[in-house]
Amino acid sequence: MRKSPVLIYGTLIAAIVLSAFPLYWLFVVATRTNDVVGDWPPPLLPGDNLGDNITRLFAAEQANFLTGLINSAIASVVVTVSVVFFSSLAGFAFAKLKFRGRNALLVIILATMMIPVQMGIIPLYMIMVELGWQNELEAVIVPFLVSAFGVFLMRQYAERAVPDELLEAARVDGCSTFRIYWTVVLPALRPGAAVLGLFTFMATWNEFLWPLAVLEADNPTVQFSLSQLSTTYYTDYTLMFTGALIATLPLLLVFILFGKQIVGGIMEGAVKA
Amino acid sequence: MTDLRPGTAERTGKNSRATPPPRRRLGSFLGRVDTKWSPYLFVAPFFVIFGIFGLFPLVYTAWVSLHQWSMGGSGTFIGFENYVELFDDPDFWNATINTLGMLVLATVPQLLIALVLASLLNQGLRKLTFLRVGVLLPIVTSVAAIGIVFSQIYDRDAGMVNGMLGLIGVDAVDWRADKWSSWIAISTMVNWRWTGYNALIYLAAMQSVPRDLYEAAIVDGASRIRQFWNITVPMIRPAIIFTVIISTIAGMQLFTEPLIFGQGSYAISGGSLRQFQTLSMYMFEKAFRDFDYGYGSAVAWMIFVLIMLLALINFLIMRKGK
Repeated sequence: MRKSPVLIYGTLIAAIVLSAFPLYWLFVVATRTNDVVGDWPPPLLPGDNLGDNITRLFAAEQANFLTGLINSAIASVVVTVSVVFFSSLAGFAFAKLKFRGRNALLVIILATMMIPVQMGIIPLYMIMVELGWQNELEAVIVPFLVSAFGVFLMRQYAERAVPDELLEAARVDGCSTFRIYWTVVLPALRPGAAVLGLFTFMATWNEFLWPLAVLEADNPTVQFSLSQLSTTYYTDYTLMFTGALIATLPLLLVFILFGKQIVGGIMEGAVKA
Repeated sequence: MTDLRPGTAERTGKNSRATPPPRRRLGSFLGRVDTKWSPYLFVAPFFVIFGIFGLFPLVYTAWVSLHQWSMGGSGTFIGFENYVELFDDPDFWNATINTLGMLVLATVPQLLIALVLASLLNQGLRKLTFLRVGVLLPIVTSVAAIGIVFSQIYDRDAGMVNGMLGLIGVDAVDWRADKWSSWIAISTMVNWRWTGYNALIYLAAMQSVPRDLYEAAIVDGASRIRQFWNITVPMIRPAIIFTVIISTIAGMQLFTEPLIFGQGSYAISGGSLRQFQTLSMYMFEKAFRDFDYGYGSAVAWMIFVLIMLLALINFLIMRKGK
């Protein structure tokens, strides 16, 4: 095949630069003072004002940024652990165990995957009011402890990754079904569970509409408190950028650690689809 | 396998050695209970939590939408009045047009660029992992954070886009002021975020296209562009349908980007003249600012109907093109 590597590499590198630039710009502005924002040509190197900006950010009263960070961290970890556990448990049952009504239940899960969750957001809010969870962290955790997408993904994964012989051998040895799940199935599902965990963490951390509906400004999540910064301090771009940088760091960290698995997971899922 | 069952070994060690037969009978009984009921136990947590917080609200939205329902207490049944009002509501239609406009501006370039990127990544060059990870960088960022960055980049006075336009002699654009300019700015954020993800899905699909198809085409003297349109695109049709439907659903729910873009007191209405208010924003405004739950629910159902309609249209077009 004829190739023109220069053109191909050129295009791909341009794509990478465009992908990375907004993040780099985020860093540059977060390390500078507000008066350089809007300079032309724009400053392209980081400054040394990050420490000051961070101090100002956490002192900004209306944003409650620290509370937002802590809330999002708790919610993301709890939701991720729970989704991975319940999804792999149910996925294993759907893939490998026989029970009456299995197919019907699976169809329900598949059907609801197509429907956006926010369609039910108004009744969900009413439920939260009934439960007294308005402005409580439970409100952004409990409804998301399970995921239809997660069950589907884990079922697909279990069908391929868990050999029936292994399950039968464990059964003959007298393992209870839960023990089979815990000692045989879960280890085999680990790569799929890692991808599901990463996506769940990112989705929970990024959740915006629902926290905005159910929480108040004094008890926000991190994205909520970012939006407070942009309404309250709308001219202070360095402050907003510093908040945005800190809100992005955990995700970037996860990505640096697991980037290859994420790529692999997306591509594997795509082939199946 | 016995080493995996310390619990069982300990428990049985105490009292069962003297009377093995009853234990075995009990054991097999428990075993049968276990195999029969464990599957239900395993799927139950999902259905309980999902039923309460996922499925029930979804269905209940339809019921609420038939009521005049404001904060506190239950609503008054008014049948389809909310929907009748909705069809006469210029703000609703404005939000619908904004949503569809941004959907097109965000989805079409996004998927076309993703196709090109994927076919470039599929050329079997070195350093692929680095490139793949690179194009995925945008989806791991915080949406609100990136909304803030792009808001600044598109700022009328301080923004980089206007700075660059100035270089080629174009006057500064007030990106928030008009429909078309705000749609473009918001669509850029969506494009930026999702292009790499779609490119990876296409790449995965392209890698399963048999090589000999291309070899045969080369023998026939087909150009690279012809190969792309006549082999690659038809062979990855399922992946394309998948991304079109996913992008449509996501586009119909667009919320965070326009909300952050419209800083200040007009944020939820999408600018002072609602020039970039989406349907999700309108639903939010009605339900959580005006506390008109019934009307908000009617908007939610219209979003749902539109999503289903668009998914169906996508599907039909894709099938017809076959």
